[in-house]
Amino acid sequence: MDKSNTISRKSNISDKEYKWGFNTNVETDLAPKGLNEDIVRLISSKKNEPSWMLDWRLKSFLHWKEKSVSSGEPTWPKINYPEIDYQDIYYYAAPVTEDKPKSLDDVDPEMLEAFEKLGVPLQERAKLAGVAVDAVFDSVSVATTYEKQLKELGIIFCSFSEAVKNHPDLVKKYLGSVVPYSDNFFATLNSAVFSDGSFVYIPPGVRCPIELMTYFRINTEGSGQFERTLIIADKDSYVSYLEGCTAPIRKSHQLHAAVVELVALDNAEIKYSTLQNWYPGTKEGVGGVYNFVTKRGKCLGKKSKISWTQVETGSAITWKYPSVLLQGDDSIGEFYSVALTNNHQQADTGTKMIHIGKNTKSTIVAKGISAGFGNNTYRGQVRVLPSADNATNFTQCDSLLIGDKCGAHTVPYIEVKNPTARLEHEASTSKVSDDQLFYLMQRGISEEDAHHMIITGWSKEVFKELPFEFAMEAGQLLKVSLEGAVG
Amino acid sequence: MLKINNLHAEILGGEKILNGINLNINSGEVHALMGPNGSGKSTLANVIAGRDTYNVSDGEIIFQNDDISEFLPDERSRKGIFMAFQYPAEIPGVRPWQFLKAAVDAKRLTEGQKEMSVREFSSFFDEKAKEVGINSNLLKRSLNEGFSGGEKKRNEMLQMLVLQPKLCVMDETDSGLDVDALKTVAQAVNGLTDSNRSFLIVTHYQRLLDYIKPDFVHILVNGKIVNSGDYELALEIEKSGYETYL
Repeated sequence: MDKSNTISRKSNISDKEYKWGFNTNVETDLAPKGLNEDIVRLISSKKNEPSWMLDWRLKSFLHWKEKSVSSGEPTWPKINYPEIDYQDIYYYAAPVTEDKPKSLDDVDPEMLEAFEKLGVPLQERAKLAGVAVDAVFDSVSVATTYEKQLKELGIIFCSFSEAVKNHPDLVKKYLGSVVPYSDNFFATLNSAVFSDGSFVYIPPGVRCPIELMTYFRINTEGSGQFERTLIIADKDSYVSYLEGCTAPIRKSHQLHAAVVELVALDNAEIKYSTLQNWYPGTKEGVGGVYNFVTKRGKCLGKKSKISWTQVETGSAITWKYPSVLLQGDDSIGEFYSVALTNNHQQADTGTKMIHIGKNTKSTIVAKGISAGFGNNTYRGQVRVLPSADNATNFTQCDSLLIGDKCGAHTVPYIEVKNPTARLEHEASTSKVSDDQLFYLMQRGISEEDAHHMIITGWSKEVFKELPFEFAMEAGQLLKVSLEGAVG
Repeated sequence: MLKINNLHAEILGGEKILNGINLNINSGEVHALMGPNGSGKSTLANVIAGRDTYNVSDGEIIFQNDDISEFLPDERSRKGIFMAFQYPAEIPGVRPWQFLKAAVDAKRLTEGQKEMSVREFSSFFDEKAKEVGINSNLLKRSLNEGFSGGEKKRNEMLQMLVLQPKLCVMDETDSGLDVDALKTVAQAVNGLTDSNRSFLIVTHYQRLLDYIKPDFVHILVNGKIVNSGDYELALEIEKSGYETYL
């Protein structure tokens, strides 16, 4: 990933920070806490949305208020958390660009060290300490680079809000077409109050020449984060999209309920990679992000392909199942995942592969690493509908345990309604063995580095699916996230 | 180089294995440690390398004037102790090249040097790989994964040649090897022998000693060195076995 060719919302912050329209201060940019129709209307009006968008939000809100709340949050995941007070959350927190710099000394040294390890240069880090970057990362899309160059190819890459204004036909056609507003508790909530996110459209026959990247950063204390991303790959097109996430240290939990929808038409391919490193909470389990995310792709066209790769190291709780609806004949769905839980982190993650079209193929490689008191569950569903002749699935679930207080669980659901289907499932559980550790240490490698080397090697099948730079960063993330888990 | 005084050790929470070992290895010497199965040969090799599944209950291990009894395995390694494993561990997803570069760099950093450049390391590595006759395809695979017994041992020798340790402890490196692989091992050892380097060759059989002439031979029985001598002693064992010591 050549930096100069990369679209990154992170890279051009300094150029953009004063060009942005949010020149109000913190107080007036925060809508009051709580969720009601007025807040939904406020969000929509702040964004100058057309009425059809507001209507969709209101429809979602009504569903949430009347159906979701009474049926409650999903109870089937193997995760525990205290009840969330949805009236105690800010649903609109716009960034502040007013000059209010914090000094580097104010930042937790552990945080500084973490950035160092993540390879964020000092200059960048200095900015992260300032309010300017709060403005940039706080769930509102602030800058999209290369927009012009991409436009020449007919590619649309912009914030979701801009897409609503400038490309209403595309948004109207595909919004909710993969994840309906009524899909689940968190998706419905998102549909009502979503803040911003990315929109991508690749026209027919175009291979997007550069990686598209969004860097999400949660900031405002006590605010919920509700991004919405929609990617459409038209016939014979290709796009690789990257997503990185970080959040500052907060004592209170933060709710992050995003929705991502992908649509691939005939012969199109979407590769979607995530490095999720939201704040995981303290070693004692205080604070951290609740990452309750709905991600789903639809292989609408023949021979289309959607591939999810995720490295999940952050968040107090991760609840997400990037899935693929294999509707077009000969379409392909892939899911590659490494999920790490350390200290008191919990992850219940996996995928759903729904085979609808003929000759559809899916591959699942899910790796879970548990350390400390971490609890890691792979939950996956493979469904083969009666129409899906000759569907094939390969599933591999591997768990790695570090220490004796963590847990790893594998919950595969398989539902086959067509006798021609072929499914394979492999599962393994292992520990970093004393023999392996001693071997590496005998060669002069420190215990921590030895652990890291073994774990990175173990995760390689997934890492190799990531773009090169991301793979490097993923390795570093594992290292940082496992600190204190070994020795 | 290495001085072991009255060393007692047991398996952590278990059986006592070493019962007062005394051993003195000077720079440039090649020592062979022989003994029947279960006499504690491998235990001694592992205790010298610092394996934490053994507990040293008494005695001391002096290496280059430091008592290293409390040193971690990686610290001992960076000080110059290398152990060739009888059963090298398999590490999925880690290439031999990557692993060995990390090992070389760890040592260099400890010594205040910079990490080796990729180019410099590559040519050094390739040269040594050729020396031990290791198939280059093997080096593209995961470390030791799917390697045959002989390939694993060649890989151990490759690491020894690259790391250029001061003390090489070879734990039954000859076991299960065909003659060709045995010769490779001997070549690696003989090629490294010089006045600043010492070897402790742990073996059950005299076979390897046909190719590597030790300066001293020790017989270990029940965790104690019961006899020491020169190469003649190994030949004697070959003829009449360990029975006289049991």
